[in-house]
Amino acid sequence: MPSLPDMTTPQVAELARQQAQAHPAHPTVPQPDEGQEALFETLLRIGDSALVLGHRVSEWCGHSPALEEDIALANVALDLIGQTQLWLGLAGEVEGQGRTADDLAYLRDAWDFRNLLICERPNGDFGHTLMRQFLFDAWHHEMLKGLAASSDPRLAEIAAKAGKEVAYHLERSSDLVVRLGDGTGESHRRMQQALDALWPYAGEMFLGDDKDAQMAARGIAPDPASLRAGWDATLRHVLTEATLQIPEGDFSHKGGRQGIHTEQLGYILAEMQFLQRAYPGASW
Amino acid sequence: MAAATHPSVEEVWGWLSEVPDPEIPVISLTDLGIIRGVEWQGDTLVVRVTPTYSGCPATSIINLDIETALRSHGIDKLRLERQLTPPWTTDWITQAGREKLRAYGIAPPIDGTAADGVLAGRIARMSGANLTIACPRCGSTHTEKISQFGSTPCKANYRCKDCLEPFDYFKCL
Repeated sequence: MPSLPDMTTPQVAELARQQAQAHPAHPTVPQPDEGQEALFETLLRIGDSALVLGHRVSEWCGHSPALEEDIALANVALDLIGQTQLWLGLAGEVEGQGRTADDLAYLRDAWDFRNLLICERPNGDFGHTLMRQFLFDAWHHEMLKGLAASSDPRLAEIAAKAGKEVAYHLERSSDLVVRLGDGTGESHRRMQQALDALWPYAGEMFLGDDKDAQMAARGIAPDPASLRAGWDATLRHVLTEATLQIPEGDFSHKGGRQGIHTEQLGYILAEMQFLQRAYPGASW
Repeated sequence: MAAATHPSVEEVWGWLSEVPDPEIPVISLTDLGIIRGVEWQGDTLVVRVTPTYSGCPATSIINLDIETALRSHGIDKLRLERQLTPPWTTDWITQAGREKLRAYGIAPPIDGTAADGVLAGRIARMSGANLTIACPRCGSTHTEKISQFGSTPCKANYRCKDCLEPFDYFKCL
């Protein structure tokens, strides 16, 4: 009997892809033009994080605790999905195989997604959603500052545009983390619980691999580790004001940026991609 | 078509200044500052448009409205180009546009107050410089922010503490 693949290694993504491609109905997965792999990956990493988090946040639409919060969350989701169109649109161009942003969003399977794991975490309660947003925004803000200085003007212009929007996201999530952290006993407890639960997903934002090293060496994208100091400073400032304790552990889940995801991503894709899968090419 | 029979670029700008923004119809696309260039390339008219926010759902409607307006003026060879650089800023909203916003009930943006990621710092800078968002109805500067985001991504929600009316503030970007 063949042994099960080791689910903890990056090979699992490759195994899943091979299995799927062996299936006769599965379309061929295009590969990027030679020399463009690392850039394509980098664009997917930033674009997929924006897409998956944007989709997650949009789940609040119609369910938030107050109308203003509902509108605000929907607007944050809208910004993120707008940015996704720019990042994945460029990814498609770089790949050179004729795929559009929509093709990349709707017609890839989980192992081809490159988002950070924190983006696919379930929403939990409102406080949990805001804490996830704050941890992400603080990173996103630093990341876009780095990308705005990219040696590739195509990345720099998207980052400059997105960075202006994300500055508002960060101001908003910081403000609410402080209000709820330094709020009632119950809101404080929930915010601390959210921070503790999400902490093991934060470290992945700063873990680089060989593709990141290639991009950093060419000045195209910042080395993920270089974003840590700015992120730490924002966290210290905001979480101190919020009377929340920064957890001590440094264990980090990882793999999202290499295509190894939690089961949660599958549920997101099932909902997000259903229409295009069931009715290929449908538009309105 | 001979070049001499082209409508002039100035004429085209004039037509575009009559196309209303689909979400805030009191101001035009040129008031909003999103038309970044108009030029003839041979017998094709090229109009460069920049999006306000990346995800602004009005973008495709704006493009459609531009196309409809220009076709109604007899332009049949037309190309719209998206221009991202430099990114759109509320500084480009014309003075006339700002007055139209105020008259419509939307407080116009206060230049130089865009977010930089640190809310407390921005609030301190604004109060240090005595910058307040005035109620577009009664003019009072006793106003408070209700939410960072209003009915569209480009606006925040405020309330006047004197006349008690809620209003939109076109936030600085």
